[in-house]
Amino acid sequence: MSERIDVRRTAKLFIAGAFPRSESGRTYEVNDHLGAFVANAALASRKDARDAVVAARAAFPKWSAATAYNRGQVLYRVAELLEGRVEQFVSEVRAAEGVTAKRATAQVTAAIDRWVWYAGWADKYAQVVGSSNPVAGPYFNFSVPEPTGVVAILAPQESSLLGLVSTLAPVLASGNAAVVVAARLMPLPAVSLTEVLATSDVPAGVVNLLTGSADEIGPWLASHAAVNAIDLAGADEDLAIILEREAAGTLKRVLRPTREDWKTDPGLQRLSQWVEIKTVWHPIGG
Amino acid sequence: MSFEYAPAPESRSVVTIESSYGLFIDGDFVDPASGAYFKTINPATEEVLAEISEANDVDVDRAVTAARRAYERTWSKLSGRERAKYLFRIARLIQERSRELAVLETLDNGKPIREARDVDLPLVAAHFFYYAGWADKLDHAGLGPNPRALGVAAQVIPWNFPLLMLSWKIAPALAAGNTVVLKPAETTSLTALWFADICRQADLPAGVVNIVTGGGETGRALVEHGDVNKIAFTGSTQVGRAIAAAAAGTSKKLTLELGGKAANIIFDDAPIDQAIEGIVSGIFFNQGHVCCAGSRLLVQENVHDEVLAALKQRLTTLRLGDPMDKNTDIGAINSSEQLGRITELANAGDSEGAIRWSPACDLPDRGFWYPPTVFTGVTQAHRIAREEIFGPVLSVLTFRTPAEAVEKANNTPYGLSAGIWTEKGSRILQMAQQLRAGVVWANTFNRFDPTSPFGGYKESGYGREGGRPGLLAYLTTGAER
Repeated sequence: MSERIDVRRTAKLFIAGAFPRSESGRTYEVNDHLGAFVANAALASRKDARDAVVAARAAFPKWSAATAYNRGQVLYRVAELLEGRVEQFVSEVRAAEGVTAKRATAQVTAAIDRWVWYAGWADKYAQVVGSSNPVAGPYFNFSVPEPTGVVAILAPQESSLLGLVSTLAPVLASGNAAVVVAARLMPLPAVSLTEVLATSDVPAGVVNLLTGSADEIGPWLASHAAVNAIDLAGADEDLAIILEREAAGTLKRVLRPTREDWKTDPGLQRLSQWVEIKTVWHPIGG
Repeated sequence: MSFEYAPAPESRSVVTIESSYGLFIDGDFVDPASGAYFKTINPATEEVLAEISEANDVDVDRAVTAARRAYERTWSKLSGRERAKYLFRIARLIQERSRELAVLETLDNGKPIREARDVDLPLVAAHFFYYAGWADKLDHAGLGPNPRALGVAAQVIPWNFPLLMLSWKIAPALAAGNTVVLKPAETTSLTALWFADICRQADLPAGVVNIVTGGGETGRALVEHGDVNKIAFTGSTQVGRAIAAAAAGTSKKLTLELGGKAANIIFDDAPIDQAIEGIVSGIFFNQGHVCCAGSRLLVQENVHDEVLAALKQRLTTLRLGDPMDKNTDIGAINSSEQLGRITELANAGDSEGAIRWSPACDLPDRGFWYPPTVFTGVTQAHRIAREEIFGPVLSVLTFRTPAEAVEKANNTPYGLSAGIWTEKGSRILQMAQQLRAGVVWANTFNRFDPTSPFGGYKESGYGREGGRPGLLAYLTTGAER
């Protein structure tokens, strides 16, 4: 009896809730940590990046206007669906990163727990970072955090799932829409995550994933006027400087790359990075 | 019938201005290494007030070195409780000398003495008082225990509210434990130099506050200096972009408070008389030299004629002239360059087809002046609806529905402020939610307070000044360093 030939998956982009190939028709070879061929991933182009930004822009008004309770539930549902696919993600993370089953499992479960952590923040962070301001006059004055808009994320290159989730979830929790560039050498856990997102309750366009080269796509995102902010986690030192300069043209909010241990408590830093404080005044009087 | 006012000039005898000023570095006034000076004038009379030092790279380096030394040897070793007391002292000294400072501000800036006295100076003192109290409470600011100062802050401020912008920069920086090098705007250095004297009276340790005067090149040398840890800039979006680009690849933290093109939205159920006052203070306060000015008036179509008639009537009562006169509403334009920019943009309004109106008003022979100006028939494509004029020029557009008002208000790369006038509470809250602007004034305009965060969305910059967010801009957690 011959061994069964498995059915392979075509790794595609995730834009506006659909799974297109790159409009450029290009792909690149993805290998496992030992160098064996695993798949051809789409090599996203400038046009793909622009399509992703358009999709994110279109999704932003509704997602940002959703109730915080609703956003929290949507993020929690992502954790629920991931929980059922732990095995798949462990094997993909192992293949990509070459870590032991124990370490891969720890990363996958940490990624799931991270969704839960940020799901819980969705309806609380405004209470922690917002304020009622005691101005010296007869005015009611309060400050609230609001999402900054469309955030481009260069996902960490060295942490294929936990790093990705740690950068993506805080962007979504406060109501931003995201365009993510996956880790170039290990994009498959990210592709699998989009397949989870597509069947969760995250509205189409709120998360868009590009696979390919941050060096190639990054500048288009950093200079795009409809992108409000950029997380440079996955950029090397040289690319980070180039992109920060590009981003200055439209005064994007920039998060510079830092050495991160994705396993540690993320705190409020990333969540606070992608919000704008809005202050509203109204007179008090009859 | 009109009533003539007798002149009511404020006396300038409370200030004695020297013929020339050095740089304030390491606790002393020193001659600039550059050997260069420029004149600062009273924009209402074109009288030369004093010669001001123009700091070059060497001077800036001396100032940053002094700030670094003060940070390492003195200021970072001081407890928050002691830092607080210095800041409380400064707040009190400003209150004590506020008449003198208000007169000086008006002489150097051209703003009406009534505004310098009743708006700028009280807010300056309040800012120091507010942040003084934070200095020994940093553990409670929201960054966890033992947050740390960044180090040396490079601060560059504009000419529209010289001393107020200084207070927005210096008070939170010192409270958080940083030392500073501040560059005032080229045309308005005097109150910053007076502030140096206040630091001396307060016995503030040498080098904690350094003031370097000069123009754009001085500012560039300061923000690009390799030993500064933080840049705080208020000014044009164009310069803000250059600063953000220059900071790429460094670890400098940035706060940028840039331009604006705020919509002031009048609904048909607005209290019209109050709204008129809000429109006037929105665009004619401080000659419209306000980044958050309500420079685009969006009026619901069915009340357009009524609002415009009332507005024009009100504008005929504004008094333009000697800023030192306590009855003056509209003072001088700060510089001939700014007057040129205002004139150029307003002329573009004419040539693009908008309709200009100004009240009859005599402009003084000397100095820089521009009459309050209203353009009607403005479309969103007109330059006067898109570009920041930074002068007493109002562009009037119309809308029919709240959704259209939001669409038009947000149709700008800027996002600093917005105004809403309506008696309907639920509409206020919905509009406030949908306007992409950092400050939303509902049934009021141009209100400021040290407890109230201020700053922009989009290309109006990033970071906030005022309140707790304004403090966080000068702090880091231990882990971030």
